[in-house]
Amino acid sequence: MADPAIELIGIDKRFGAVHANKDIHLTVEKGTIHGIVGENGAGKSTMMSILYGFYQADGGEIRVGGKRVEITDPNAAIAAGIGMVHQHFMLVHNMSVVENVMLGAEQSPLLNAGIGKVRRELKRLEDEHGLEVDPDALIEDLPVGLQQRVEILKALYRGADILILDEPTGVLTPAEAGHLFEVLMQLRDEGKTIVLITHKLREIMAVTDAVSVMRRGEIVATRRTAETTVGELAELMVGRRVLLQVDKEAAAPGAVTLSVKNLTVEDIRGYRAVDAVSLDVRAGEIVGIAGVAGNGQSELLEALSGLRTATAGTMRLAGRDFDLTAETDPAALRRLGLAHVPEDRHHMGLVLPFEENENGVLGYQREARYSRGPLLDRDAMRRDAQAKIADYDIRPPDCRLKTANFSGGNQQKIVLAREMERDPDILLIGQPTRGVDVGAIEFIHRRIVAMRDAGKAILLVSVELDEIRALSDRILVMFAGRIVGERPPTASEAELGLLMAGIEDREAAE
Amino acid sequence: MELANILAIVDSAIRLSTPLLYAALAGLYSERSGIFDISLEGKMLLAAFASGVVAALSGSAVVGLLAGVMAAIGFSLVHGLASITYRGNQIVSGVALNFIAAGITVILGDAWFKQGGRTPQLDGAARFGDVVLPGAHALAPIPVIGPIYAEVISGQNVLVYVAFLMVPLTWWVLFRTRFGLRLRAVGENPAAVDTAGISVSWLRYRAVIICGVLTGLAGTYLAVAQAAGFNRDMTAGKGYIALAALIFAKWRPVPVMFACLLFGLLDAISIRIQGVSLPGVGEISVQFVQALPYVLTVVLLAGFVGKAIPPRAGGVPYVKER
Repeated sequence: MADPAIELIGIDKRFGAVHANKDIHLTVEKGTIHGIVGENGAGKSTMMSILYGFYQADGGEIRVGGKRVEITDPNAAIAAGIGMVHQHFMLVHNMSVVENVMLGAEQSPLLNAGIGKVRRELKRLEDEHGLEVDPDALIEDLPVGLQQRVEILKALYRGADILILDEPTGVLTPAEAGHLFEVLMQLRDEGKTIVLITHKLREIMAVTDAVSVMRRGEIVATRRTAETTVGELAELMVGRRVLLQVDKEAAAPGAVTLSVKNLTVEDIRGYRAVDAVSLDVRAGEIVGIAGVAGNGQSELLEALSGLRTATAGTMRLAGRDFDLTAETDPAALRRLGLAHVPEDRHHMGLVLPFEENENGVLGYQREARYSRGPLLDRDAMRRDAQAKIADYDIRPPDCRLKTANFSGGNQQKIVLAREMERDPDILLIGQPTRGVDVGAIEFIHRRIVAMRDAGKAILLVSVELDEIRALSDRILVMFAGRIVGERPPTASEAELGLLMAGIEDREAAE
Repeated sequence: MELANILAIVDSAIRLSTPLLYAALAGLYSERSGIFDISLEGKMLLAAFASGVVAALSGSAVVGLLAGVMAAIGFSLVHGLASITYRGNQIVSGVALNFIAAGITVILGDAWFKQGGRTPQLDGAARFGDVVLPGAHALAPIPVIGPIYAEVISGQNVLVYVAFLMVPLTWWVLFRTRFGLRLRAVGENPAAVDTAGISVSWLRYRAVIICGVLTGLAGTYLAVAQAAGFNRDMTAGKGYIALAALIFAKWRPVPVMFACLLFGLLDAISIRIQGVSLPGVGEISVQFVQALPYVLTVVLLAGFVGKAIPPRAGGVPYVKER
């Protein structure tokens, strides 16, 4: 049998007190697609960064094709035939495809000779693999799927035999992801080795030949994909059985709590981010907004929560009508019972250098219970924080700790605790589990369902279709700023995927 | 207006725009690499002082030039150390250098020469002279073309020609060489450069050194070519006008040249119309005329340029992500 493409033997890496990789042993066979799954922070990206020369391991050795290699920087990785497609593309947005492919592999101090070679190679790769892309297009003008293709072409142009992809489908539509997998399988059939890092178990099952599971810096298992199941992998990832389904009773919707009419939001360039959207959310139901990131969901949430002024539209809340084209005070909306868990907790939900208890009152700091005259009542804030920490199982249970030092899941719980404990009538919630580990996802989902059962109205925005389908009582699909369809949560993923890609109902039905 | 008057203004505009052009191109290299440089002013001032002193002591303009360039490179390396190696705030570093330059030139100048911060008057080989191009005298009598060639194109200082040659050279470096490709990339997305196996720090250091060379030329031009010696605060905000020209030109070499020429022209006109009585307005006050280039800079930048988008990674120290 041929030597494996990659062998990691006893790789160990610490960042200060964090033991990111513990004695990693991994073997990836040539000509296979090997999946690496694990929760956020399990050490997947660290391991791959060591393989790509971004970090040096503290101990252990790397073998490529049976030979020991010292990968001290990305150049050494490239020389060993390793190419990487990063989660956040390493592309220069205002340069052309040719320039991006050439960067770092120009071959001579003048560009002319290299440009010719890149063009010829791009043509060859297009012919051989069907990786078509306009060599003169600027990166910023290309859709995300094509930008990712440029990343793959960059690696292939450098002669990569081993391709590492870090969370490649996070930004893709289901159709684009499907196309990516076809390309990967074709590359494998031509003898390339592919390492696919993801936390989406369904992708692992669909395309990989083998899969390794990481947990807390260790590889806890390696399986042949054909011999395992989603359930087993999920259990290995978290170390115990998790509910992939959310247990919930049928919804009992009541009166309309929030009613939005004809909302249009234009961004500063006059582009219509939200285009004539009308929707109702009733008490005791969860309305999910599905869609690929960047189709107006963020602007919708910002307009409804008063953070952004709309071009047109009205909103009815708590028996009052709001003209959304006028400046709205988010604090006033809060007092009327509208709470908002923003999509981006780092930039909008929290002030990371603040202590946990300070973040726990942000936006409500003027309330009498946190005040002593004109001053803040620190003791009250801390008592309040400590109670929420117990209730939401926030770890570590220290309300004086800087918020930046909590993990993503615990930070999200801090925001949720703050907004949910106000007992709002309507909760706007964006990406409730982005960058959150599986254990915390389960907890957050149960809390959201519990709020619904208590008769609250919930508007949920998420780019995770699984999450939308698991939680929602009604699903609205957003594409290019418009609501392009409403479906029950029982609708198939394929049907929702087509809507998310902007394919109209009538075509989807065919 | 007569042709002769127009030519005199254009000739003056070219001379006045030369230091702006050097400084703006210097800023272009630095900022395209992602290092904002507000210390163009300070580097020019220091270079003017160093070149003035050394030219006076050595009696050689070329030795003065070398001193000016070395001094500006020294400042560039300090800025590089602060903002590349130690990932400090680039604006703070730049402002500090401007203060140091303003102080040190006056203190040392006064201590060494006792002329209120001025350096000794330069003449002969201690100054860069004007270059008369071939055929200037022969062509001069030809109407229109002759005077343009003889008065405007020929007879400029050697450093003026060098400055304008820097424009196509910079364009060529930026868009036709490997270094230029990497320079443009590192100012937009240093992580892309890093993952391609290229050192972000070394690339940025080279960019700030080039910035030092060009600001050195700018300062030398002021003290050893345009004037005959260093005067205190002789840059008088030209470094900031150059930054304005750079933004105005959206960090592109050829538009930078036109922006600098425009600011030079405004300056030339303001000198020309001082004391002139205009019909219906009367004599324009000197202060108003002198403020004109600055007022127009604000108006142009605010109203006519549209959105100038700086290099995306500008001002942000590069830290590898985990």
